[in-house]
Amino acid sequence: MVTKEQIWEWLEEVCDPEIPVLSVIDLGVVRDVQFENKSWMITITPTYSGCPAMKVMEDDIKSKLEENGIDNAKVRTVLSPAWTTDWLSERGKTKLQEYGIAPPENEVDKSVLFAEPTIVPCPKCNSKNTRMVSQFASTACKAHYQCNECLEPFDYFKCLR
Amino acid sequence: MKNEALFRYLLRLGDDSLILGQRLAEWCGHGPILEEDIALTNIALDLIGQATSILNYAGEVEGAGRDGDKLAFLRFENQYSNLLLVEQPNGDFADTILRQFLFDAYRKPLFERLIQSKDAQLAAIAEKSWKETKYHLRHTSEWVIRLGDGTEESHKRVQKALNNLWRYTDEIFYSDDVDKELTESGVLPELSDLRSIWEQTVKSIFAEATISIPTNIWKFEGGRKGHHSEHMGFILSDLQYMQRAYPNLEW
Repeated sequence: MVTKEQIWEWLEEVCDPEIPVLSVIDLGVVRDVQFENKSWMITITPTYSGCPAMKVMEDDIKSKLEENGIDNAKVRTVLSPAWTTDWLSERGKTKLQEYGIAPPENEVDKSVLFAEPTIVPCPKCNSKNTRMVSQFASTACKAHYQCNECLEPFDYFKCLR
Repeated sequence: MKNEALFRYLLRLGDDSLILGQRLAEWCGHGPILEEDIALTNIALDLIGQATSILNYAGEVEGAGRDGDKLAFLRFENQYSNLLLVEQPNGDFADTILRQFLFDAYRKPLFERLIQSKDAQLAAIAEKSWKETKYHLRHTSEWVIRLGDGTEESHKRVQKALNNLWRYTDEIFYSDDVDKELTESGVLPELSDLRSIWEQTVKSIFAEATISIPTNIWKFEGGRKGHHSEHMGFILSDLQYMQRAYPNLEW
């Protein structure tokens, strides 16, 4: 009999298709693993309502388990409690940084006009002299920034709470 | 149907997201600058995602075997109950931003309230959507100010957009037996102050943007009852094309 811990370990190998350095565990989308009614039930929660990567992650979770001989696993999506960037693992944040995406700062981003925008250090040179180019970027979960020192344009994984 | 009021309420909520998401998606590849092209389509994606959750749930409540896709793609025009506001044409960037702002200023406090719904699935959808809508409202508020308090040309355009769209805002607060029944059963929390919250938001942003609300304007309504403007048919012909041309197509 496969253990729950073993399943969690296998899921570490399933990556976010858009940000391949992050596993579904790092991302915090896997909420629960249970053995019920003779099959494994994996509970996931979407990062954003319309995130197209969720369907891919669901399929990838199933095929990863199939590779390991579990062919009747089910994946269930729940919306509550709603996903938050607080669930990103510390290891995940480090991996993002190394990949060139600034990890979420611990505050919800304020706008340019109503308050100072969040200070996001450049993932390349660590300078805090950066500017927000746009609240929306390559995916729903990121904002677009640029470093004023080294001029690197970079993505910021925006805080969602 | 056991809970027809809930079904009808979910259609209103879901159709607003669906039709506005479809409208915004028309901007894909046409934004005034790359960042805005991406922002508008990001917001469209959130709205379509919300519509998926809401309409799937509506299908479950109805219990007639229709899922979110069937509801989205296979109804007739008079069976959609979205606001007239969300089906209005994109116009120029000012028209689109102002339409979105008027909507976001209503949606954010609405979702915030719906988190308290006694219906667990509606509350879960609201909790998820509220977080996303906060970003939308911030983005559109900024743009309304930037355009209104910007150049002479941008001011003129966003004022024109407001003059045109204001007539559709009264309908946002339309309520009938559906709302009444759901409020009594606790599915809907108390929403009577939603209008004043919305007015406060839009008035403070318009003041900063130096634009003014038009007076003496005829107010339109009808969307909630399935009476749509001439634009709706054209939206649906795009939206439904694949399912009508190739029934039951999936990918």
